[in-house]
Amino acid sequence: MAALASPGADARPRAIASPPGTGGEASPVPDRVLMKGNEAIAEAAIAAGCDAYFGYPITPQAELLEWMARRMPEEGRAFVQAESELAAINMALGASAAGARVLVSSSSPGISLMAEAMSYMAGSRLPVVLVNVMRGGPGLGSIGASQGDYLQAVKGHGHGDYRVPVLAPSSIAEAIDLVGDAFVLAERYRTPVILLADGILAQAMEPVKPDFRAVERTHPGWVLDGADGREPRVIKSLALRPEDLERHNLTLQATYAEITAREQRWAGESLDGADVVLVAYGTAARIARTAVERARGAGLQAGLFRPITLWPFPAEALRDAARGACAVLAVEMSAGQLVEDVRLAIEGAVPVFHHGRMGGMVPTPDEVVDAMRRAWSTSEGCAS
Amino acid sequence: MSTARETGGATPGDATATEGRTIYRRPLLLSNPTSYCPGCGHGIVHRLVAEVLEEMDLGGETILVGSVGCSVFAYDYLRLDSVESPHGRAAAVATGVKRVRPDRIVFTYQGDGDLAAIGTAEIVHAAARGERFTTIFVNNGIYGMTGGQMAPTTLAGQRTTSSPLGRDTATTGYPLPVTEMLSLLPGVAYAARVSVADPGLVGRAKAAIRRAFEVQQDGHGFGIVEVLSTCPVGWGMTPSAAMEWLRTEVMAVYPVGTYVDRAKGIAVTMPAPAVKPSKTAEA
Repeated sequence: MAALASPGADARPRAIASPPGTGGEASPVPDRVLMKGNEAIAEAAIAAGCDAYFGYPITPQAELLEWMARRMPEEGRAFVQAESELAAINMALGASAAGARVLVSSSSPGISLMAEAMSYMAGSRLPVVLVNVMRGGPGLGSIGASQGDYLQAVKGHGHGDYRVPVLAPSSIAEAIDLVGDAFVLAERYRTPVILLADGILAQAMEPVKPDFRAVERTHPGWVLDGADGREPRVIKSLALRPEDLERHNLTLQATYAEITAREQRWAGESLDGADVVLVAYGTAARIARTAVERARGAGLQAGLFRPITLWPFPAEALRDAARGACAVLAVEMSAGQLVEDVRLAIEGAVPVFHHGRMGGMVPTPDEVVDAMRRAWSTSEGCAS
Repeated sequence: MSTARETGGATPGDATATEGRTIYRRPLLLSNPTSYCPGCGHGIVHRLVAEVLEEMDLGGETILVGSVGCSVFAYDYLRLDSVESPHGRAAAVATGVKRVRPDRIVFTYQGDGDLAAIGTAEIVHAAARGERFTTIFVNNGIYGMTGGQMAPTTLAGQRTTSSPLGRDTATTGYPLPVTEMLSLLPGVAYAARVSVADPGLVGRAKAAIRRAFEVQQDGHGFGIVEVLSTCPVGWGMTPSAAMEWLRTEVMAVYPVGTYVDRAKGIAVTMPAPAVKPSKTAEA
């Protein structure tokens, strides 16, 4: 337990070192510091009590790895730059089985490589927090920001019947909060959790409060530490007998039902009296917010519904938010992935439209306003 | 299941002397009869690992990292805290366990399909980093669980279900000398190849497994014991013929011995490959 019970483990840093030249270094505990998204996520994980980090260099998340390479050894915690994303997530599997609080990060192509072990961890009921800094795809794609991995994240990622909670911050300050929440969810439900960010959120710098939250440590009765004085424990996903595996799957599904009932999160803006409801998450939600302001300035009653949990998707809340609207417009940096969940939630009550850019291209607020106008003029409910 | 543990004595069927003195018993860390095929070497290797850990009194502080293949159920037989790995990834999983539990004994138990094919990257880099765990690498030169297909370790000319005419080195290359390759790496503190082909070799195999765990206790670096083993069903032989083929053909291609024991000043560099096409397995 040396790494887990290191002397400094309970003395979480309350203030973080600011990057040089930001002014943050003048005071030991400044009100605000400028932090890059990648670095803020990393430091928030350390504050939350992350015992082990495993990663592999890939743009645009490399600074997260670099931050951990310096900070985790400082804290006496485990850090390994793995030989591949395959190895990184499997190191996480082992560390998690041994009771550690584990963070892994990567970007889209690397996340694909992790799908196998994510399925194993879901099946073995092992907590881990996985950060995906999405970049353009498919394939090697580009290093520009994208939201093309939405379906991969929310519909299962790897093989088999499983889901993982997916948290989508739309600012660096929110990312810091959600890192702590991700560890809480992962351990409460014994499941992997994905923090779904994108290249803009990870690379941008924003002022944040350097007051990161510690997450209370639980002492679950399933971890592996040697079977001294008790029956051996086995952590596995294998159950060869169909009746056993179905029973195991029913346990997983019951957990997913509980998560769906209890953990949906969203935010609404300007939804009162909105004719057109935009639905967007992450960086696209930042653009959508500006578009809503411009549309309202031009006389179009627009509002923004922002899912924070992409799974479980806040379907009922969106249905309520869209009740008085005549059009719903999903805005995303993909060919149309979020819009599928929006349609499922709306169930045909209101016409659903989509506006997306791909490959690292980002929609401008004005083109979103234009898309809103098209939706408004196309939807019969609006024109009447 | 835990008769031996409860009574501290022999399980039914064990040979005991007339005064009741125990001559031979199942190790406390080995529970059920295994489901391995008749003549399979896994049963011997499981027993050796169980005996060593019991004699070193390490059972209560050891974590087994399993693998995928015939030995996937090792955790059903070895009474140890255990975690399953995806196919080939045991060395990465063990890295994660050992890095957060450096005071525990951690070992992987992997076959040659798992370690020497799909898991080559993980084992090479764990060894290169000098990860302080132990790998028990059971090499029977074939994919047993999936029906006897060719592995990277299959001998030249050997017939398998995916090399029905015998392994053709022109298109499928040569047997992979894992222990020799890993022996080149400074992170490797202990590397040995042993065999279960006869009782004398089994005794030496046990000594090597014991030494590998001692090296881990001392924190010297990565340790691997490659155990040459049998697959009578996959090889298409009787158990006794398989043992004979192991002792002659297999051991001729894979020399047994201690390749690295850095604490004792032993470090053998990789020998030139002996390119001797071996005989086709006769069914």
